[in-house]
Amino acid sequence: MKGKFNDATFFIITIYIEIGMKVLSSEITPYKNYLNRRKFIKSSVAAGFLIGASNGLQANHLTNEGLYDNQLDENDNLNTYGEITTYNNFYEFGMGKTDPSEKSSNFKPKPWSISLEGLINNPQILDLEKILNKVTIEDRVYRLRCVEAWSMVIPWQGFPLSEIIKIADPLSSAKFIQFVTVFRPEEMPGQKRRLLPWPYVEGLRMDEAMHPLSILSTGLYGHDLLNQSGAPIRLVVPWKYGFKSIKSITTIKFVDKQPDATWSMLAPKEYGFYSNVNNSVDHPRWSQGTERRIGEFKRRKTLMFNGYEEEVSYMYEGMDLKKYY
Amino acid sequence: MISTNSFRKFKPIIFLTIIAPSVLWSFQLINGSLGVNPIEKLMDNLGEMGLRLIIATLLISSLSEFKKLRFLVDIRRMIGLFAFFYVSCHFLTYIALDHFFDLNFIIKDIIKRPFITFGFISFVFLIPLVITSPKKMIKKLGYKVWKKIHYLIYPAALLSSLHFFMLVRANKFEPAIYIFIIIVLLLYRLYYKVIVPRLAQ
Repeated sequence: MKGKFNDATFFIITIYIEIGMKVLSSEITPYKNYLNRRKFIKSSVAAGFLIGASNGLQANHLTNEGLYDNQLDENDNLNTYGEITTYNNFYEFGMGKTDPSEKSSNFKPKPWSISLEGLINNPQILDLEKILNKVTIEDRVYRLRCVEAWSMVIPWQGFPLSEIIKIADPLSSAKFIQFVTVFRPEEMPGQKRRLLPWPYVEGLRMDEAMHPLSILSTGLYGHDLLNQSGAPIRLVVPWKYGFKSIKSITTIKFVDKQPDATWSMLAPKEYGFYSNVNNSVDHPRWSQGTERRIGEFKRRKTLMFNGYEEEVSYMYEGMDLKKYY
Repeated sequence: MISTNSFRKFKPIIFLTIIAPSVLWSFQLINGSLGVNPIEKLMDNLGEMGLRLIIATLLISSLSEFKKLRFLVDIRRMIGLFAFFYVSCHFLTYIALDHFFDLNFIIKDIIKRPFITFGFISFVFLIPLVITSPKKMIKKLGYKVWKKIHYLIYPAALLSSLHFFMLVRANKFEPAIYIFIIIVLLLYRLYYKVIVPRLAQ
């Protein structure tokens, strides 16, 4: 099964010119250049390249405008930085779509550490800086499909979740991973009210977590994640509904049984543990057959596994996805 | 005490106040300042406004029973018609902008999703109220029949607030308040129209 990925290049092309090279601040391409992304004509000729720099929190800087285009699927356009950072579901800061961008200024994502716990050989509390020194930040352009039937295309920067799992070195009894969002009601106004049972928790099966598409993201559009996007580090699992991609992670716990996940605890009939994007399993209250791509007028047909069917469907072979939604 | 006549002078102001949001939102929609997901925002705004106006008409009906507030009944029709205006815009946004006249999908959606079914029935209930809203119709139908028709506002209000209640994901506080108000007003009416007369007998 693994071999399927070794030479598969997905739709993601990640070229490292130099790893660990420090990028001079003069090389930083202002993100303004990306704001009017749609004006640029997609170029299949221009090979995108990026300079890998894993120092500190700073994600890769982008020296080529065509970079993201090479990772874009034919029918997709990037959403703008403005769209991505002003339309968020992050109930820790409030329930409105603009609450996270408007009410998150008191949140302090630095310094940050992540606790690795549970059935592993190396339980520890890791400084984020240390993690970032060990990994290589890559660009990943992913579609994000919200369970509320809207979607975006986002150029993330991050590293494979499997890197953290390697550091943790799980025991063979570890079958699932649970993630926990930070609980800081003083900095997160939404947590002062019981909108959800805090802290927010999510989980993945081990094979899902090890999948090369699963990343921990630290930035988007070449910027460190803003508070509303889950600073300083969040999960991105592009074939699942957005709420699975838990934000501002403080704890990663390895467990032997399917762990709790906030929404599926709260409304098990509406949100399953797997929550794979599935156009044939409707949410009880609305259709999942179509979606509104932010910035577009007409709805799009929702793709099975959010368009990542080829890459991920093998993990669910033989599973009744109507039952395990 | 405010007389009905002096209150009439305020009618144009109330008219403009209620119509203003729809003008503003239309402008914002064209202008692109209705946020990142303008269709959803427009639909939510219109629906919420419609529901609030429906509840306003109920409040007016109950409040105008007090002699001192009698004058309020004068604007009930206007507010009721505006409620229908906003609800219709809400429904049209759903058909034209959200689903771009995909009638096949829309019909299935209305049948399959209870919250949409409720919203749709509520809309349908409002139609006879609009048709019978001119003063002439009261005479034509007779006050008793007219009034019976207009009791439809209660199920319409309940269904549309349930429609809202079922739609929201986590914070059901606002729709719950609406449902609470409607039930209180309904009980108040029942008490005075049904229970008090019976006790008097």
